[in-house]
Amino acid sequence: MGEVYLPILVLGILGAAFAVFSVAAPSIIGPRRYNRARLDAYECGIDPTPQPIGGGRFPIKYYLTAMLFIVFDIEIVFLYPFAVAFDQLRLFGLIEMAVFIVTVLAVYAYVWRRGGLEWD
Amino acid sequence: MADVTYEEAYGDVLGDDAAADDMYAGAYDTTEGRVYTVTGADWDSVLAPPEGEKERVVVNMGPQHPSTHGVLRLILELEGETVTEARCGIGYLHTGIEKNLEYRTWTQAVAYVTRMDYLAPIANEAGYVYAVEKLLGIVDDVPERAQLVRIITLELNRIQSHLVCLATGGFEMGALTAMTNGFRDRELVLDLLEMITGLRMNHAFIRPGGVAQDIPEGGVAKIREVMRKLPNQLDGVPQLLVDNGIWKDRTSGVGYLDLAGCMALGITGPVLRAAGLPYDVRKAQPYFGYEKFDFDVPTADSCDVYGRFLVRLEEMNQSIRIVEQACDMLEPGPVMVADKKIAWPAQLSIGGDGMGNSLEHIRHIMGESMEALIHHFKIVTEGFHVPAGQVYSAIEAPRGELGVHIVSDGGTRPYRVHFRDPSFNNLQATAAMCEGGQVADVIGAVASIDPVMGGVDR
Amino acid sequence: MNPTTPQYGDLALFGHDPLWLVILKALVLFIGLVLLTLFTTWFERRVVARMQQRVGPNRAGPFGLLVPLADGIKLALKEGITPANADKVVYLLAPMIAAAAAMLVFAVIPLGPVVSIFGVSTPLQLTDFSVSTLYILAIASIGIYGIVLAGWSSGSTYSLLGGLRSSAQMVSYEIAMGLSFVAVFLYAGSMSTSQIVAGQTDWWYAVLLLPSFVIYLISMVGETNRAPFDLPEAEGELVAGFHTEYSGLRWAMFFLAEYVNMINVSAVAITLFLGGWRAPAPISTVWSGANDGWWPILWFLGKILVMLFVFVWLRGTLPRLRYDQFMRFGWKVLIPISIVWILLVSAWRGIRNEYGTDLRTTLIWLGVILFAIAAIAFLLDLRRAPEDEVVEPTYDPYAGGYPVPPLPGQEFTYTRRAPQTVPATVVETSALESTGQELEGDRNE
Repeated sequence: MGEVYLPILVLGILGAAFAVFSVAAPSIIGPRRYNRARLDAYECGIDPTPQPIGGGRFPIKYYLTAMLFIVFDIEIVFLYPFAVAFDQLRLFGLIEMAVFIVTVLAVYAYVWRRGGLEWD
Repeated sequence: MADVTYEEAYGDVLGDDAAADDMYAGAYDTTEGRVYTVTGADWDSVLAPPEGEKERVVVNMGPQHPSTHGVLRLILELEGETVTEARCGIGYLHTGIEKNLEYRTWTQAVAYVTRMDYLAPIANEAGYVYAVEKLLGIVDDVPERAQLVRIITLELNRIQSHLVCLATGGFEMGALTAMTNGFRDRELVLDLLEMITGLRMNHAFIRPGGVAQDIPEGGVAKIREVMRKLPNQLDGVPQLLVDNGIWKDRTSGVGYLDLAGCMALGITGPVLRAAGLPYDVRKAQPYFGYEKFDFDVPTADSCDVYGRFLVRLEEMNQSIRIVEQACDMLEPGPVMVADKKIAWPAQLSIGGDGMGNSLEHIRHIMGESMEALIHHFKIVTEGFHVPAGQVYSAIEAPRGELGVHIVSDGGTRPYRVHFRDPSFNNLQATAAMCEGGQVADVIGAVASIDPVMGGVDR
Repeated sequence: MNPTTPQYGDLALFGHDPLWLVILKALVLFIGLVLLTLFTTWFERRVVARMQQRVGPNRAGPFGLLVPLADGIKLALKEGITPANADKVVYLLAPMIAAAAAMLVFAVIPLGPVVSIFGVSTPLQLTDFSVSTLYILAIASIGIYGIVLAGWSSGSTYSLLGGLRSSAQMVSYEIAMGLSFVAVFLYAGSMSTSQIVAGQTDWWYAVLLLPSFVIYLISMVGETNRAPFDLPEAEGELVAGFHTEYSGLRWAMFFLAEYVNMINVSAVAITLFLGGWRAPAPISTVWSGANDGWWPILWFLGKILVMLFVFVWLRGTLPRLRYDQFMRFGWKVLIPISIVWILLVSAWRGIRNEYGTDLRTTLIWLGVILFAIAAIAFLLDLRRAPEDEVVEPTYDPYAGGYPVPPLPGQEFTYTRRAPQTVPATVVETSALESTGQELEGDRNE
């Protein structure tokens, strides 16, 4: 059974080796010239504005997007096996799935109403 | 090798980073030599977060940024993607043109002012020259043909400037083909300007008393041909942008500044006209004979980026109309004022080694007439005297009202020249347009103001 | 080995290659992918140049084909800068994740039927298993880490904004992308790529499931950060977004990942919707041998080129969306349409499975679907705010807080602040007017 995953491992090793080489190569073959300004973060030629430690806290709405993503991703994960087995499940599967989707749609409508889908 | 720090590797060349005492120009050594960082300490009060404030994200957009039209510095305070505060930092392209003019003759100054707003060189020259002519009292003596050539070049200049605005504005919002199309069409206009003046930009073409040279033979036919071709070319812009849903969404309601805001901030040009007021110096206080032309002042009532975009688009069509009418009115005649005490003595012509003073003139002053040589020498090196007094004149540059205030003490050099550059005044609107919007809206708003930093900083 | 050779579309085909063949296939796939990426950068620049009446790269090699190679060598000889306040480990890890993850997707893309390589009969596909599409989605998600970590670890505001944008954007469009797959699984009855291709022998799913295909096309552009959805690296706003602080080959890793991802999503589109490696209709009807042997690789590459052309076409045509518009489009347009479409498709197929297909029921259900779409459109229209009646504004110079002149069509009228009752001030107004005339006179001198 594991044999089908072996090629992925081989390709992964190839890709990773290539990536590691490319990331490491500049420190070996590239030139090294010291200039403090070059090591600064780029801020359009101005001395960078001091940032809050760790980049500061992200605004809360990004977390909201992440939460919504998880909700809908899980919905998709549930939809996939249903879709694959649809022809075997017959009418029962259809009705069951419709109930599930409508429930999620209700949540979706709620989020929309409460302004969870506003980004400005 | 990888574990060696830069300090270990280059320790011998590293100096003390904080060596410099100059608070405005800290210096430190690198392997490429000593590097100075010039900053203005007066920004620190703006940039430093207040006590207890830790969540504030301040980011400098510019001076080295792809979308700030040269070296405009925008200091943005962000909350996620929303801009809560926007401030402009200018002065990165200050070249001291106004001060330089005080040490040059009235004619030489033309070659300086043309470099201010580098997208509207002809307008700078025209505004300056118009003021000088007012002081000299020769406004009505300038030959008709010179005035028409000035109008032709002014309107061609307006077209090319607006095309750059649309092209770069489109590029900044991601419409790459709008950019290349804009620059492609601009080439046509630049070719005409090159044919008329000899240069693509920084022409130094309009001189006190007239223009530097006449339109070359066959030039008018060429202008007419391009004017016939240009409307077709410009049709591509609406197809790519005007009717494009994404473009409309990006620009409609963005950078809103209504008429009261424009009046309060002294905004002129397309930004003002997009707020509904048809104020155009060409109509309000005609100069160079603009009153003889039949053209409209396009306006929009949306007060937003989209409206300004449409206004500029229509202004180009009106400019084409004006150029065509001017071509019809052209009669043969001189292009420089008859007064030999003001007119530049030499005429240009093409020689074996390129363009230069015409050989007839050189022969005349060097071999035929001592008086002509003295006259040439006096007017070229010393220049002419301008009666003492002061004058304000305004013309309609592509970006708005370009005002010139000149003070003369009666000498051969200006006592003081000050420009009211439309870019500078319009840039005041940045904060009013941007705050409360998104980062992407800042780009659109600044693009719609179309500031040229050469003109702002002078 | 099985005694009977399994038909194409049977998962038993996979997992029997000897190790040398696995390594050979992986190596060829890897090199092919890198070469295809180099070609894509050249292709994009040439095509977009044509769209803009330019020539594009034409100096190095025939038609400028060697330009990507020259670019790569140039980048390799650049200094690899690590910013002083970057999180060094994550900063270096991020490009590796982005590039390595991008390379992995092609492992399950079917490139052709069973062929014989050095005497071993094997399908032209590295591997396949029953959930290979899920594997694609999983790997794509890992790729997002590369971008988010790059933005976070660089220690620059622009990078951080780009990273935040891209994480929000990519997860949002991944939902739409995932939903567009559901209808395909429904029809194919499988999540394995080779079985999905086998299921498209008669009809491409792009034809049968057009809305799914359209949604996938849109979300794949969003997923790869390409114009008009290239917000994370919007050069007009965020300089270069998440990879602002990267230089040389490290930056090239992100560049490579972006282009490989373009090829990846194109390959997925082809596999799931455009018949996979099968020859397009006119060729396959005329020539029965078109789908045998090595030929399918040609059809596959041809389809990839068409998809890449679409990417370039979009880039040459459309301006960039704004962040909120982009998110709104994903969440409020693509996702609800996808969900409703899934409901419709499953209802349609469920009814057909149950009651068979005769023309009348087909038509009735078609009518129901059209009615549903009309109802949705109507509801969406209701949501729009009613247009305000255009009221001709009366002239009030102080309405905006600062005096304004009358607009064309408006009459100047005296208002509360303009003095007209007290006689003394009338004198003042005329005095003002006379000074104004003097000024005017000065100007005309």
